[in-house]
Amino acid sequence: MSAQKSLMGRFRESDFLYDFKRSPVTVVSFVIVVTLILLAVFADLVAPTNPFDAGSLNLMNGFTPPMQPNAFTGETFYLGTDDQGRDLLSAIIFGLRVSLFVGLTAVILAMVLGVSLGLIAGYRGGWVDSLIMRAADIQVTFPSILIAMLIFGIARGLLPPHMRDELAITVLIIAIGLSEWVPFARTVRGTTMVEKEKEYVQAARLIGLGSGQIMLRHILPNVLSPVLVIATITLALAIIAEATLSFLGVGAPPTEPSLGTLIRIGQDFLFSGEWWILLFPAVTLLALALSVNLLGDWLRDILNPRLK
Amino acid sequence: MSLAGFTTMSDFIRVEQLCRRFDLSEPWLVRMIYRRPKRFLNAVDNVSFAIERGKTYALVGESGSGKSTIARIAVGLLGPSSGRILIDGHNLHDRELSQAEHRRIRQRLQMVFQSPYASLNPRWRVGNILAEPLRTFSLVDGRQAEQNRVDELLEQVGLSASDARRFPHEFSGGQRQRISIARALASRPDFIVCDEPTSALDVSVQAQVLNLLKELQHDLRLTYLFITHDLAVVRVMAHTIGVLKSGQLVEEQDTATLIESPESDYTKMLIRSAPRIRDDRPVIN
Amino acid sequence: MSETILSVRNLRVVFPHRHGALVPIDDISFDVEKGEIIGFVGESGAGKSMTGAAIIGLIDPPGYIERGEIWLKEERIDQLGISAANRIRGRRISMVFQDPLTSLNPLRTIGDQLVETILTHLPVSADEAKRKAIAGLEEVDIDPARFNAYPHEFSGGMRQRVVIALALCAEPELIIADEPTTALDVSVQAQVLELLKRLCREHGASVILITHDMGVIAETTDRVAVLYAGRLAEIGDTQTLLRNPQHPYTKGLIASTPSVEYGDISTELFQITGAMPRLDALPDGCAFHPRCGQALAHCATKRPHMERNRVACWLYNDV
Repeated sequence: MSAQKSLMGRFRESDFLYDFKRSPVTVVSFVIVVTLILLAVFADLVAPTNPFDAGSLNLMNGFTPPMQPNAFTGETFYLGTDDQGRDLLSAIIFGLRVSLFVGLTAVILAMVLGVSLGLIAGYRGGWVDSLIMRAADIQVTFPSILIAMLIFGIARGLLPPHMRDELAITVLIIAIGLSEWVPFARTVRGTTMVEKEKEYVQAARLIGLGSGQIMLRHILPNVLSPVLVIATITLALAIIAEATLSFLGVGAPPTEPSLGTLIRIGQDFLFSGEWWILLFPAVTLLALALSVNLLGDWLRDILNPRLK
Repeated sequence: MSLAGFTTMSDFIRVEQLCRRFDLSEPWLVRMIYRRPKRFLNAVDNVSFAIERGKTYALVGESGSGKSTIARIAVGLLGPSSGRILIDGHNLHDRELSQAEHRRIRQRLQMVFQSPYASLNPRWRVGNILAEPLRTFSLVDGRQAEQNRVDELLEQVGLSASDARRFPHEFSGGQRQRISIARALASRPDFIVCDEPTSALDVSVQAQVLNLLKELQHDLRLTYLFITHDLAVVRVMAHTIGVLKSGQLVEEQDTATLIESPESDYTKMLIRSAPRIRDDRPVIN
Repeated sequence: MSETILSVRNLRVVFPHRHGALVPIDDISFDVEKGEIIGFVGESGAGKSMTGAAIIGLIDPPGYIERGEIWLKEERIDQLGISAANRIRGRRISMVFQDPLTSLNPLRTIGDQLVETILTHLPVSADEAKRKAIAGLEEVDIDPARFNAYPHEFSGGMRQRVVIALALCAEPELIIADEPTTALDVSVQAQVLELLKRLCREHGASVILITHDMGVIAETTDRVAVLYAGRLAEIGDTQTLLRNPQHPYTKGLIASTPSVEYGDISTELFQITGAMPRLDALPDGCAFHPRCGQALAHCATKRPHMERNRVACWLYNDV
């Protein structure tokens, strides 16, 4: 057979890249997502101002429309300012960071939890499987937002008031993560049950490997491909969930507003004519969630076993 | 002459009154309501036989005969309901064994499976698949020694050292079976259970794999329990044949005697049904 | 003189692929006479199932017939539109697949499935269809009292007999049986093949029997075609070919098949070195030449074609 190509060489010639380049929608979505992620990561460097530094704010800048100099101070802001004079562009960039951080961490939590439970349920079977699956069934009957709010509410009740704002983000991540593990678990469980019967697992059992080792080293690599697709779609859901919770006032605190919080703020001013305070954060959120969703769709179609 | 029940000191593998029952009962609630009894399937029903060291014993039967169940009990993937299998006097299913003793026995037995596609982890490179038993049993010291042993195993089955870097899907069915055999040889076992190792292979590839198995048996003094439904394969592979029907051993003979002068009707039927190519084929070179 | 039911001429099937086209069938020609059972033997990937699929028009896209003609009696069938193809499929050509579990609809009784097939293809009343269905079941030795049973209530062998009844009920001229007994136990295999053979003779239907098992070929077919890497290696009367194979591949195939009749533990089975080439790595010239112990110089450059002697090999044909 021909010599082994380098990893980069194989990737460049792979079907994966080929199909990717053929789908313009996917390329655009990918570009949008990457751009937004980069903006969020380098927020400190990219944003023109720091909107949360109270000292730098000038109330007189408040309610400035986009691209028009302020009547009082003469400063211009690309996307305008909100009621407190915060530059909306900067606020969106920092809000993006919060939204993405919460979304990604929540998905990772849901993934780790869901995949582990799915592996255990599928491999062990019996009453362990029944227990985990019934827990999943019960959880899924409630809308995930309600579960997140429930967890959030319990946490707030347990924590002393001065810690609430600090830990709000952590609680938010846990709440969303715990509400999204079920699709991971169910998919992984199904694939695990199939893989467990295959002879390579029997061969591993034969030499005396324990269940844990077999699940981790043999089965896990083979159940991961649908997980990537679910993770992408769950990311979009998590971002929307976080935005919803923040919008309802139970999510990110005003000191660290996310896109959802900004939307809530903007909603108050929509009908008094300051439309930009709502529109730009909303469009950003839409772009983010939609692009992630489209990427997930494409991934799912690509990773589907096809006729060779 | 039947060997059933006749055990000697030279018996390397001894199967003694092996039974395995499967519980096929309906859930107890259903049984309570409709007053139905439990239902069991006697997959293996009081089977006894012995294998001498370095020889091949073939278990022949159709689907549902229990041959695969016996194979799995022999390598410890299933436990017996009653009876036992002794490997050089040791019982793998003995609960009194320590972890270390258990491991020592496991090291001496291995299995080659039927499906070349499902028997190798598709996400692992061949080198790692072969190295796994080496690592589990701590048979080699260090990366270099491990790689040397892996290369040695690959060459032993007619593949090359460079194949260690590849993934299973890059190989044909016959080559994958060779990799399975190489994996089985890694821990230097004494006893290998071959569960229909060539049933999924094309005829010309089957010949290669069967010849390889025989060569290895001769070179490494391996003992085989060979499970199959194909009497033609058994003819060139086995010293002794045991015929299984519905979990019971209905006849046991050395190969030539069983095929030329079968006693039970079932064996006669099996031999009659085996497809024949022609009656006057030239001698195989 | 027997009439020709099926005539395949220079058939070539292509699967376009990013890295170049794959050719699973390359220039195959053969005839099937009325009432004969012709076997197609070859190893995995040789193209035998693909040939059956091409004839009945069921090649999975993106594969397609690039070249060649398929004639069913006087009618050309390789370029038909969908409705014309549907009229042929099931009525004039029917198929028996390998897996009896998936060939039958598990949600409907076997009687229902038989009646539906009959009504689809024959202009008869519902009562007449039911009568035919019951007769069909009796023909395959299934008790007509089981007319309303579901497929899962039958064993594998019996299911395959139901499938045969289904294949025969519309009175086809040609039946394509693709590995019909591979999934069955050996004892049942013999019965099912015997049944297939007998019924096809009685109904006057021709059979293309696709298999990898030489034993099945020997016991069931009148003529046999040997396929290798999508090409025909040899074709001829079964007993003659088995007794006196000409193509080196056929010789090797027969020699490496173990027999229950002789041999013992010391026998080393004949083995053909190497393996059948993958479709994306076919050698030039004769596809078999790298594995052939008798290869001549030009075997590596010129592809042999089938002559009147029905062997595609330079050992027998002039260059």
